Amino acid sequence: MPLSLQLALAACGVSLLAACSPLILRGHTMQRIALSLLLAMAGLLAMSAGFSGLISGGGSITLPFGLPWLPLHAELDALGAFFMLVIGSLLFPVAVYSHGYFRNEQRITPLLVFMPLFALGMMGVVLAGDALAFMLFWELMSVSSYFLVTHEHQHLENRKAGFIYLLMAHMAGLLILGSFATLYAAAGSFEFAVMREASIEPFWASAAFLLAAFGFGTKAGVIPLHGWLPDAHPVAPSNVSALMSGIMLKVAVFGFIRVVWDLMGPGDFQWWWCALILAAGSSSAVGGVLLALQQHDLKRLLAYHSVENIGIILIGIGLAMLLAHFGHPMLAALGLIAGLYHTINHAIFKGLLFMGAGAVLHSTGTRDMESMGGLIHRMPVTAVFFLVAAISISALPPFNGFVSEWLTFQTALMAPQMGGALLMAIVPFSAAMLALAGALAAACFVKVFGVVFLGHARSKMAAQAQEVDGWMQAGMAIPAIFCLLLGVLPVLFIPLIDAVPQMLLHVSLADSVHAHGWLWLTPVSASQASYSSPLALTGMIIIGGLVFWWLHPKGRVIRRSRMWSCGNPHVNARMQYNATGFSQPLRRIFWGVLQPDEHVHVERRFHKLLTTKVRYTVHVGDLAVKHLYQPIGRLTLSIARWLNTQHQYGIHTNLTWTFVTVILLLALFA
Amino acid sequence: MIISFAQQLIDGLAALMLLVSFALLAQHRMLSVLHWFAAQGVLLSITAAVVAYSSGHDELYASAAMAFLLKGMLLPWLLWRVIRQLHVHREVEPLMNNAVTMMLALAITLFAFHVIHPIENISELMTRNTMSIATACVLLAMLMMMTRKKAITQVVGFLAVENSLFFAAIGATNGMPLIVEIGIAFDVLIAALIFGVFFFEIRNTFDSLEVDAMQASLVDKDDES
Repeated sequence: MPLSLQLALAACGVSLLAACSPLILRGHTMQRIALSLLLAMAGLLAMSAGFSGLISGGGSITLPFGLPWLPLHAELDALGAFFMLVIGSLLFPVAVYSHGYFRNEQRITPLLVFMPLFALGMMGVVLAGDALAFMLFWELMSVSSYFLVTHEHQHLENRKAGFIYLLMAHMAGLLILGSFATLYAAAGSFEFAVMREASIEPFWASAAFLLAAFGFGTKAGVIPLHGWLPDAHPVAPSNVSALMSGIMLKVAVFGFIRVVWDLMGPGDFQWWWCALILAAGSSSAVGGVLLALQQHDLKRLLAYHSVENIGIILIGIGLAMLLAHFGHPMLAALGLIAGLYHTINHAIFKGLLFMGAGAVLHSTGTRDMESMGGLIHRMPVTAVFFLVAAISISALPPFNGFVSEWLTFQTALMAPQMGGALLMAIVPFSAAMLALAGALAAACFVKVFGVVFLGHARSKMAAQAQEVDGWMQAGMAIPAIFCLLLGVLPVLFIPLIDAVPQMLLHVSLADSVHAHGWLWLTPVSASQASYSSPLALTGMIIIGGLVFWWLHPKGRVIRRSRMWSCGNPHVNARMQYNATGFSQPLRRIFWGVLQPDEHVHVERRFHKLLTTKVRYTVHVGDLAVKHLYQPIGRLTLSIARWLNTQHQYGIHTNLTWTFVTVILLLALFA
Repeated sequence: MIISFAQQLIDGLAALMLLVSFALLAQHRMLSVLHWFAAQGVLLSITAAVVAYSSGHDELYASAAMAFLLKGMLLPWLLWRVIRQLHVHREVEPLMNNAVTMMLALAITLFAFHVIHPIENISELMTRNTMSIATACVLLAMLMMMTRKKAITQVVGFLAVENSLFFAAIGATNGMPLIVEIGIAFDVLIAALIFGVFFFEIRNTFDSLEVDAMQASLVDKDDES
């Protein structure tokens, strides 16, 4: 058994051990230490398994447990190793962070059981070598995360969110099961190794693709299947949200790549699959960020950004599918690398953002941005880390988000003319959507950082906030360093990911990437595009230093006054921009898409010209919830009610139904 | 020659069986419903005896005897006793206009023939022609359960379904194994007894044997709670 697989199985074993540890460990401190220590170990093991799997290759074994006639298989290939790396690189910092975050948590035992089980489920999915193991661990992941979402189940809101989450997770599980069943029918075995070799008819391949796309799309939160996401992420504990948004959505991406790219393969692709994925990616990217802009609940906002980033990942993967279908494997490999690069980037910076949000929530006790403000003075360390993540997610150099979005753009720009007019239109269209999403994301994080960390405190809680403890700071420092490293040294990292396109497309980009040394990232050739992150960083530091030196020359006395007061000493917290106000222009521009529910209430006293109070309220609902989920829910309820009355009323009715069933069956099968 | 005579006889009996099923549907009075039900049992036992004689399956004689005693005599008598003791209104109360019911019954019979006809071509048995009639009888008895108000008529319908199934078994496979048949016969007997007990209980609880009345009071109870 190769080292990488041993490490991966050890990571799973440590998680299982952590989940069992409450049986012997009592006491809050002991359990907290066990949780963070064992999870951190699992994270480190997963990371090293990922690295060694990507560098020296993996292997597969038949596990000693499972059903007697249906043994379980574990398999670690380049794709799995990459996702192990993704899991490990967020699990480790989250484990460190949890040690501080759970200091005041009363009921830690359920967390100690379900967080490691959740991690185990995700690692198991990545390691699964057959459909049975995949589904088993998939369900473990879904169910244990349900218990984490409903951890604070004393609130009705949390239970509702948990229910919707469980419902949609099961729907997704059912669809994925259908996809595997279709593949099983073609291959005659649950083993992935056999499924890979089996050929499948185009019709059934499309069926398997659609089932997989909708199943994994639901779990990944692709618009319009994202309904559970903005409800479930805010209510979970913040470190759990970090894991869910950072890794669990990526595991869904993994499942999609596993089924569509690996088990079926580029030979089976049809052009409309690629168009569907590109359309889903584009709509998620723009829809997610538009809705994120309108939120004032910090964690809900971040949840919508997950939708956006999944869209960006899907744009990369969809472009790769399109290029692979039309026979451009090198460019397809570039698109795939872009998608995967964004996968790990998003895992890291979204994890960091959720941890930052958790730190803010921990100190202020609220998720509502309208009652925060000025936190940079009271929580400077958190503010810096949050800023790093915000710059990363806004795709600005020198951090990592820029690299992956830039690669995605390069793929779209270099895509030659393919297929008919529709396809020729959809590639630039998705690139344009990506650009729009990037710009809007930047606007959104200007809003978040400005409203939460800058300005004046809008509430007493925000005014009295304290900086979080060292463990939480360390937990946020690690991904912040990753963000910088991945942003500055993509040339060293891309050859690692290169194992995945080598496995799926049998081409390698390593040579062209390396062609100009470690300094310059040149995806295809230097004449078309190149980017040197270290140079960009150096330039930024020099220019920034010069500006600082020019603004703060030695010897000059600096007078600090209240911010944004424009010389007027009588400003108060309510006179600054708030979250709703900041997003007002974009709400106007995208009025048709958002359809906000606005009310202006003017109170006049004594005379119609004497306005005493103006109150503006706005509610931006999710159109998918309003026009898709609620009608389906209402329909289901009305059918259930009708069936219920049918149950209650009448032996005769029941007999009639039996009779009609008999007649129908006779007519059908005789 | 004798086989073909027996076949004609069985076909004739099957036709009578269908006629009886229609007659059960068409009755207005409880007493005649029971009469026709008894006639159905007797017909069954004759059919079983004829099949036993012509095919040489001796155990079918036992089935025939059982059918005569149980279905021709005991069950109708039990039901009659229930009606008398409970002072049930002695009229069948249909939910549907009788003419419409008969039209439906006609359609169902046609449907049964249409559905079963392809199967009959496979069978080698001399009783194969009875298959479609037996199916029609099952469906007609179900129709009777559906369209009658009184619990007792529904029980008669249920027992008629059982009779038709018995008939189908004779037609399709020269009868079921004896042990199974005895088991079923006892089940039916017990069912009839239990139904009888239930009728008493139901009447005591709801003051009526009409299914609608039971529902009404159940619904009322739901509302109260």
